[in-house]
Amino acid sequence: MSENEKRGPRIPDGNPARSSRVSGEQAKRETDQKASHGKHTAAVAIDVLLLGWMFAKSIFSKAPAGNGISAPPLNVPRPAAPDRRAVPVRDGTPDIVVGPIPAAVLIAPPPRIPEKTGRSADRNLEPESGSRRRWGTGFVLCAFALGIAAGVGFLFSYWSGANTLLLGGTLSVFLGAFGVALVLYSHLLMPHTEATAPREQLPSSTGQRDAALDDYCAGVRGVQRRSLLKWGGAAGTGLLASIVISLMRSLGMSPYPALFTTVWKRGERLMTSGGQPISVDSLEHGSTITVFPESSVGSERAQTVLIRVKEQLLQLSSDRAGWAPMGYVAYSRVCTHAGCPVALFEADTNQLLCPCHQSTFDVLSGARPTGGPAARPLPQLPLYMDSDGILRAAGGFTAPPGPGFSGM
Amino acid sequence: MIEEIGRWLDARLHTAKFFRRALNHVFPDHWSFMLGEIALYSFVILVITGTYLALFFKASSDQVIYHGTYHALSGVRMSEAYRSVLDLSFDVPAGLLVRQMHHWTSLIFVGAIVAHAARIFFTSAYRRPREMNWLIGLTLLVLALVNGFLGYSILDDVLSGTGLRIGYAIMLSIPVIGPWVTFLFLGGNVPVATTIPRFYSLHIFLIPALIAALLALHLGIVWRQLHTNYPGPRRTNASIVGSRLWPSYAAKSIGLLLFLFAVVAMLGGLVQIDPVWIYGPYNPDAVITGAQPDWYLGWVEGAMRLFPGVNLRVGEILVIPAVFFPAVLLPLLLFGTLYAFPFLDKPFPSDEKAHNVLRLPYEQPLHTAFGCAVLMFLLVLFFAGGDDVIAVATGTSVVQIRTILRVLVFGAPAATAALVYLLCIGARRRHAVPRPSPDESEAA
Repeated sequence: MSENEKRGPRIPDGNPARSSRVSGEQAKRETDQKASHGKHTAAVAIDVLLLGWMFAKSIFSKAPAGNGISAPPLNVPRPAAPDRRAVPVRDGTPDIVVGPIPAAVLIAPPPRIPEKTGRSADRNLEPESGSRRRWGTGFVLCAFALGIAAGVGFLFSYWSGANTLLLGGTLSVFLGAFGVALVLYSHLLMPHTEATAPREQLPSSTGQRDAALDDYCAGVRGVQRRSLLKWGGAAGTGLLASIVISLMRSLGMSPYPALFTTVWKRGERLMTSGGQPISVDSLEHGSTITVFPESSVGSERAQTVLIRVKEQLLQLSSDRAGWAPMGYVAYSRVCTHAGCPVALFEADTNQLLCPCHQSTFDVLSGARPTGGPAARPLPQLPLYMDSDGILRAAGGFTAPPGPGFSGM
Repeated sequence: MIEEIGRWLDARLHTAKFFRRALNHVFPDHWSFMLGEIALYSFVILVITGTYLALFFKASSDQVIYHGTYHALSGVRMSEAYRSVLDLSFDVPAGLLVRQMHHWTSLIFVGAIVAHAARIFFTSAYRRPREMNWLIGLTLLVLALVNGFLGYSILDDVLSGTGLRIGYAIMLSIPVIGPWVTFLFLGGNVPVATTIPRFYSLHIFLIPALIAALLALHLGIVWRQLHTNYPGPRRTNASIVGSRLWPSYAAKSIGLLLFLFAVVAMLGGLVQIDPVWIYGPYNPDAVITGAQPDWYLGWVEGAMRLFPGVNLRVGEILVIPAVFFPAVLLPLLLFGTLYAFPFLDKPFPSDEKAHNVLRLPYEQPLHTAFGCAVLMFLLVLFFAGGDDVIAVATGTSVVQIRTILRVLVFGAPAATAALVYLLCIGARRRHAVPRPSPDESEAA
């Protein structure tokens, strides 16, 4: 403070003098305005435009000070108006320094930073001016009226059929109008001065810190048989952790062997989702159908894509010869990448495509991946045709179906 | 009235001093400080609308046959969860409105958190003494992402079923412990009856409770440390400049809450979102083309599409499936970097000063270029998440689009970084007169 006082006299335009001069001018302007009330329609129109512009600006572009805007300030910044809250209230000194800014910090800012702070409404329009109050009141009244109308509209539409469009629209206008009213209130009809408050200095003083640590250490030193407490605590914590982990075991079954198995086994008939078995002439060449094991129609993991291709096109490895009777070839329908159903079949290229991440698999050569992020072929289901001409599985899948996991 | 209540409370809790401090609490006047407020108010709206929805939702995958108002699905087998969503949408007055508001708000919630975090990042607001709040904020973002996924997974339509399958594959891909984690979390191989009730209790109780607790801590710390200030006159490390809470800032803030609520109500009432009755109930063999996650998971989806099929094997044994790299490792790296950032970005070896005045992006060109590059990387991945949609829209093949995106995913961030760096250098040169340091201008 003493430094501030020392610097005080060097400021050419002292705070108190300026503020009194400005408020004098302001009072004069206000009386002028009252005298000519109602005569200046042009002035009123400009007021409206100014207010609308200010409102839009205050919502969308509150420029920070020193953000590089080099336009000169629109108005000479006025010193903060005297603030009643700065006066000590009831007891003692104020615990936050607010209100008039000490003269010393009003020194001209560094050259690159325009003095453009606070809200545009406060820079451009006298807070106490009659027009501000008049138009503020008008806008707020309109907003409230709109809000009330919309609120009534919501109630009406709710009690008469509750159309979602009407409900949403009226609720939105109701809430929005009240929101706008509050923002307008804040900008036009509420007091506002830029406040400066001191920050708490970090960290605490060495003395305070040492005192806290001393108290802690003194407490620890007073405890007898400390090692017993340590070991007891460790044992208890360890046991508690074991109990919690054990309880977690109840949350799920073991992934082994569940991840490796499906219900497919030798002899299971292939069934459509409608429960129809597949016979020799169920499919044309180049067509496909989703099948399930007879004992578990609708199973996610056992779902299988059955495709009929021309037998001479197939290029299955020699150990898979005979797995595709009459050109019927079957693969797991669960993508080996991320587990989506491989639902699309392109007959021209004999490719299966997964719609989730666009992995492609070549049907003719054991569904090896030909594009996209999948790295493993779709597991194949060996097939045979029984004496009645019905397709049956000759065993399980060649690998666990679905996305990959460690230890597979 | 207020005076009486105040006197009553003060006689019991000694509140007068706190009350006065609260009324005079100073908030900086800058629009970018509203982003966090929007996230906060989104959470409020999510809790309000979510509570309403919870009164109607049945978290059960028991199978039922639908005979309700929506005739197109009459006689279709579906889970009780899905049926309760249909009933809520078609039969409960204003049910669809609240459901759509909830979903829209969740998108805004994550968006506001991301924008808020970006503002913090680009102005280096995470510096000492605010490192803790950066960590808490990032954790809130993670929780918001997880809760969003859980939320749209429990509706049990085809789209959420697809998301659930992918989530299952991601969890399963974690090396060594993946299968155990997956089975303990979901209760078995998808689809399993335990999943929806578990996701539901996580979605409506555990994670919101965590968010609420961390949010309280987050705000408490902001309240204690005060906000940062953009550089400007009188804004120093030792003082804060702005508006007092009472009354104009409070009115403006409540106005913002109402305005956000209004936007959400407009979207919820007029713009359809997640029309589960069009997708149809979850069905093991059903999947839809053009399936997209909610926007905030688009980057993970895109990474999964672009990453080549590389399995890590030891001999014949698969150790790390391809999904792990884009869907687990990449997010871990991203969030790991973000979590570590305040501790990397500081003078070596230690930073003993409190930084209360923000840096502007152009004042730290490398930092800004890095941030923009990361955002561009995520943006390319986001578009990659819709590569099939782009292919259909532009009439090209997915393979072509994927090739282009695989180049762009590295090229675009590099170009962005270079461009932003040059722009920052230019801006810094234009503002050649150096600003006094926050501590100097205090002394001036």
